Amino acid sequence: MRDEDIAVVEEMECVFSRPEALTDKAFHYCPGCTHGIVHRLVAEMIDEFKLMDRTVGVCPVGCSVLMYDYFECDMIEASHGRAPAVATAVKRTDPNRFVFTYQGDGDLASIGMAETVHAAARGDRITIFFINNGIYGMTGGQMAPTTLIGQRATTSPSGRDERLTGAPIGICELLSSLKGVAYLARVPLTSPKNLKDARKHMRKAIRAQLEDKGLGLVEFLSTCPVQWKMEPIAAMKHIDENVVKVFPPGVFVDCVGDLQK
Amino acid sequence: MPETMTPTKTKASTVKSDAPPTGRKRLVKGNEALALGALAGGCECFFGYPITPQNEIPELLSGWMPKLGRVFLQAESEVASINMLYGASACGHRAMTSSSSPGISLMMEGLSYIAGAQLPCVLINVMRGGPGLGNIAPSQSDYFQACKGGGHGDYRCIVLAPWNAQEMFEFPGSAFELADRYRMPVFVLTDAVLGSMLEPATVPDLEQLPPPPKMDKPWATTGRGNRSHKNVANSLYLVPEDLTEHNERLQAGYREALREVRYDTRYLEDAEYVVAAFGISARVGYSAVNMLRKQGLKVGLFRPITLWPFPEKALAELARKVKGILTFELNCGQMVEDVRLAVNGVCPVEFYGVAGGVLPAPEDVANVVRKMMK
Repeated sequence: MRDEDIAVVEEMECVFSRPEALTDKAFHYCPGCTHGIVHRLVAEMIDEFKLMDRTVGVCPVGCSVLMYDYFECDMIEASHGRAPAVATAVKRTDPNRFVFTYQGDGDLASIGMAETVHAAARGDRITIFFINNGIYGMTGGQMAPTTLIGQRATTSPSGRDERLTGAPIGICELLSSLKGVAYLARVPLTSPKNLKDARKHMRKAIRAQLEDKGLGLVEFLSTCPVQWKMEPIAAMKHIDENVVKVFPPGVFVDCVGDLQK
Repeated sequence: MPETMTPTKTKASTVKSDAPPTGRKRLVKGNEALALGALAGGCECFFGYPITPQNEIPELLSGWMPKLGRVFLQAESEVASINMLYGASACGHRAMTSSSSPGISLMMEGLSYIAGAQLPCVLINVMRGGPGLGNIAPSQSDYFQACKGGGHGDYRCIVLAPWNAQEMFEFPGSAFELADRYRMPVFVLTDAVLGSMLEPATVPDLEQLPPPPKMDKPWATTGRGNRSHKNVANSLYLVPEDLTEHNERLQAGYREALREVRYDTRYLEDAEYVVAAFGISARVGYSAVNMLRKQGLKVGLFRPITLWPFPEKALAELARKVKGILTFELNCGQMVEDVRLAVNGVCPVEFYGVAGGVLPAPEDVANVVRKMMK
């Protein structure tokens, strides 16, 4: 490298880098999976709100079970579905902590439904990041409570039959009746514009906790190309064309309000 | 009866909270003594779900704890309770739950995670009749569950078995000390009789309670603060060699905890026959022993206080000196398996017990001993 080149490098501004809240360990996620995107968004939020020193994250069981390897903050690995109960205790024993859970649909909407509903009903000051990809990814493609009608899974080989297994559960619709919820929104992760919206929702879901208003939850309509048996781009299209019809994006509860400019 | 409650030969542990309690002697219900003992022992947070026959514990704590600036939360289920314990204890707080048999069953998965993540916490089980819904009468049928696992995987819990209101007050504090010392869950295993019984005990007034001790727990997930590294509470080890190593680490900790073995003996100096019993059974057994002594029969009592670690060496020594041991329990024969393992055939070991809530009278136990002596 010549001296002139080095001078050019020094003049360059760093416009994109790994958030400080992420470690340098490479994600293990499959190609086209959106876990990596949400991990990055969560880490960006921890940086943006300067919460690293007082954050305790609670990991789920599922594909993101190893997320404690990817984050620099203190983390607790919960058992399947129990993250909201764990987070409740972490927050109540020291309300100065910023406490988030990160959970998939099997974890949050199936085995952990009771913990989810009751943490929301109590208005526990925790923030939940909910990954809804409508299938059990890590366990091998079984039907989830959010699997679409007609969608094939290894335990619904001819497609989910509503008469046998009911209809997909809309978590945002279900929780929106509970007074303890201060912010509730659903967003697909399918475009840069949607990711911008996702950030807006996450900021408010975090502020719901920091401003002592109640529980905040953001539901991310996510892909699972491997278990959906789709190419990554087709999986994104599937969300925009089909998933959003069952799980309409939007803000369901907002008791947080906008910041004064 | 009062003089029989003064331990004559308790193998003392080094646990600090066994120091004579300050306070005044008054009538205390067992469950109230447990709740007071938890507060005196530094319990910072309680999570639980209502179940009979232990409801006085959460009821009293729900009023007391907020006044003392501590955390009380009635959870939506026992499953949630134990996971709240997991979270609080991961953050380094002295956390406790109380329940009764079916509720404790629901906590077994969470307990396994707590043990796997090497977290200290205290569980009180005021045992009732089982299996299934059973009833709300006294029982000791959860000995296996507390001492031999209950949840999945190779883990242990220290198990303390009180036999009167004084110990009901003292043992939650001992349990916290032991839990923190060995970073493992500790049970206080008691039953519907001891929980509901009024007895004199020396207990402090609420105003006399010390604040929870400030402890350095460098492993706790408190939020990083100024720490240079993150902390993680976890029991996941995907690589077989790593999980093997983790299990060996756990076992090494359990071997350390063996030194905490505690037991209580009465009239063993010249005893030819011995009643081995814990908790409420030991109370009945001791009355039987006193009856037999009055008739000139050389009978003694052996009362394990720690059910795990089990006082196997003391029993093995005892077996060489006596003609027989009667194990008396309110179950169909659980601790008797550990007694037989310890005695290893050196002397005869008989079992007498009932499950379902019927509490035999001292005379019933004495009759079985007499039969053994023939």
